Amino acid sequence: MQDTPAGAHAHAPPQGFLRTHVFSLDHKVIGKQYLDLALVAVLTGMVLSWLMRLHLGFPATPIPGLGKIAPTGAPAGVITPEYYLSLMTMHGTIMVFFVLTTAPFAGFGNYVLPIQVGAEDMAFPRFNMMSFWVTFVGFVVLICAFFVHDGPPISGWTAYAPLSAVGGDAGPGLALGQTLWAVAIAIFCVGQLLGSLNFIATTLDLRTKGMSLMRMPLSTWAWFITSVIGLIAFSVLLPACILLILDRVAGTSFFIPSGLVVSDRLQPHAGGSPLLWQHLFWFFGHPEVYIAIVPSFGIVSHVLPAFARKPLLGPKVAIACMVAVAALSYMVWGHHMFLSGMNPVSATLFSVPTLIITIPATIVTLLWIGTVYGSKLRFTTAALFCLGFVSVFVSGGISGFFLAQPSLDIYLHGTYFVVGHFHFVMAVAAMFGIFAGVYFWFPKMYGRMMNETIGKVHFFLTFIGVYCIFMPMHYLGFAGNVRRYSAFTDDYMKSSLPLHQFITIAALFTGAVQLLFLWNLFRSRFKGEPASDNPWEATSLEWSTSSPPPFDNFGGRHMVVHNGPNEYGTPGARDYIMQTDPAKA
Amino acid sequence: MTAPKVALAPTAARTGVWVGIAAITMMFAAYTSAMLVRQGDAPDWTSIHLPGILYFNTLVLILSSGAYVAGQRRLLAGWQAGGTVAPEGIRWLHLTLGLGLLFVAGQGVAWTQLAAQGVFLASNPASSFFYVLTGLHALHLLGGVCGMLYVFSRLRKSARGAVAPPAGAVDAMGLYWHFMGVLWIYLLGLMALRL
Repeated sequence: MQDTPAGAHAHAPPQGFLRTHVFSLDHKVIGKQYLDLALVAVLTGMVLSWLMRLHLGFPATPIPGLGKIAPTGAPAGVITPEYYLSLMTMHGTIMVFFVLTTAPFAGFGNYVLPIQVGAEDMAFPRFNMMSFWVTFVGFVVLICAFFVHDGPPISGWTAYAPLSAVGGDAGPGLALGQTLWAVAIAIFCVGQLLGSLNFIATTLDLRTKGMSLMRMPLSTWAWFITSVIGLIAFSVLLPACILLILDRVAGTSFFIPSGLVVSDRLQPHAGGSPLLWQHLFWFFGHPEVYIAIVPSFGIVSHVLPAFARKPLLGPKVAIACMVAVAALSYMVWGHHMFLSGMNPVSATLFSVPTLIITIPATIVTLLWIGTVYGSKLRFTTAALFCLGFVSVFVSGGISGFFLAQPSLDIYLHGTYFVVGHFHFVMAVAAMFGIFAGVYFWFPKMYGRMMNETIGKVHFFLTFIGVYCIFMPMHYLGFAGNVRRYSAFTDDYMKSSLPLHQFITIAALFTGAVQLLFLWNLFRSRFKGEPASDNPWEATSLEWSTSSPPPFDNFGGRHMVVHNGPNEYGTPGARDYIMQTDPAKA
Repeated sequence: MTAPKVALAPTAARTGVWVGIAAITMMFAAYTSAMLVRQGDAPDWTSIHLPGILYFNTLVLILSSGAYVAGQRRLLAGWQAGGTVAPEGIRWLHLTLGLGLLFVAGQGVAWTQLAAQGVFLASNPASSFFYVLTGLHALHLLGGVCGMLYVFSRLRKSARGAVAPPAGAVDAMGLYWHFMGVLWIYLLGLMALRL
């Protein structure tokens, strides 16, 4: 912990447009760049999901214009089964990597974490800039897959070997498109490793005077824990991608078994293990769920008390729960592989910690509910999204109990039940955390308030919309409706079509509602009401500086922390004590 | 004259290197488990004979670590005595760099020898892992060479009085360099036992 200027600035204020806005070393600019990248990525991913949903709901109806954009994948505007799989692969990859990882972790973490610990910048500003630009290059490489001759890969965001490893014989998109996918993800891993390194070093070494670990806001704790999860997870995915690339371009046989015949051709590889890819991928893949969701744990734990005007219930327990979730996340990867023919004893060994991990997740949920219980909650948009987060996290979490049991999972794993489950617990919950973060920190980032009325309409319509989309999927799954099929037109599946049409309409509606958010976001950036330094009457260090903060975050002041971040509902003229206020008597 | 204050306390740079070490350890743990799984799974595993030059290279890398320790001690002694950058310290670090590059060149010789025997990356699973493990280790070591060049530039600036003595950077660089040696000894042992 520093006793003087936290993280003395390693670089001077930038000069010129490029150094200020493009290749900036300032963590605030880099945080915004990550959020902007995530915004582009989420819009891309959402359009892909619309195309999939339109085809699922109305399989014979041409989608206007699509035939011209993708004449091979959608001749006359009707999506082929192969192109449907391409859209699904790119949707999953873009959303998981470039939205759910970049926005809540790299985006908000970059902007807020150094300020919350009282530092002037990240520990390694150059690595921080590289982290963003490497991630950006990864995104561009991935998007290039749309424009190569065989199109984007069809192997799903999990890219299961051996079909992802053998090349073009395995299907459309599995030649250059799949190689681009593997290269993009490898590049992404490097970017996130650089980011994790910065987060950990900044949290451990650049805290200002008085900022003990237990005085750190829960959001900073969450980003810190997430960076540790990410450091381990991406360190495993990167070698996996390198081995996959070598199988694809250098003729090695890490994942391709002997005697594999694909498209009537004996593959010139021998002895590899397709299951090895699954193990390496899911050793990363399950912790990735927590990379997406733990930052939202932190955001909700930080934001809710500010609007409940009550201290967070059991902050130390909440930290312990996040640490427990992080540790357990490395013991459960096999529950994604119950269908791989694993020994039932192994399945049980993965099932038990999967059930145990629900305990800390449940405790932290009860802490949020306990914090709000009996409070005079200020129903701001950020607070509403926190409540929405709790709701969808619980809904998605409950379906997790079913899937944790191998005997049930064998039936449900290949169905829409899983699609509903992971979209609720990972995607929508994380998105609600992101929305809560945007509405909460926007005034700090841009010095202007977002429109609360539009924000509340955005929340309620989105909340209803996501339940209309994902709750029926659980029923479809129970009914045996398989996932990854592009259309349900055969007789035995036709009965599911009306529900798919309902989901499609709900998805289009919910997507359209996001235009309200975009309008609010861009309009408020330039024409929103000017924000004060501390519009929410919150306690942590980011509210002790101007909105937006100056280049060095605190205008040359050396912040000294005397209190925890949780001092709400205190007696006196003001019902809160800021972290920099003199210590309580 | 009072001696300039030289920060010997752990720095963010040292923390950063420890975090980097954790990530690299995890990466090679993944390769190790992949190798063990692949070896256990495959009837096509053909052992390869490790080129003898690898043992010479190991000695070179160990000596380079020793040279770094010698250089670091002299630099610190010079700073604590109130002097500027000790020239003999720099010479030891130059020797470290030279030995590091010699190690990488030696690895290149090992690859050439194997290639001359017709053992390439895709020849069999054992050779695939040999090239992957040694290649990625060499890549990380070249990262260390870049770090070393950065340390030299800081030392030059410090000698001109432009910046404070970069004791933290020298310390963190040493940590990384020694780790490269430890990692290599682990990899050599693994390959000697399993390939």
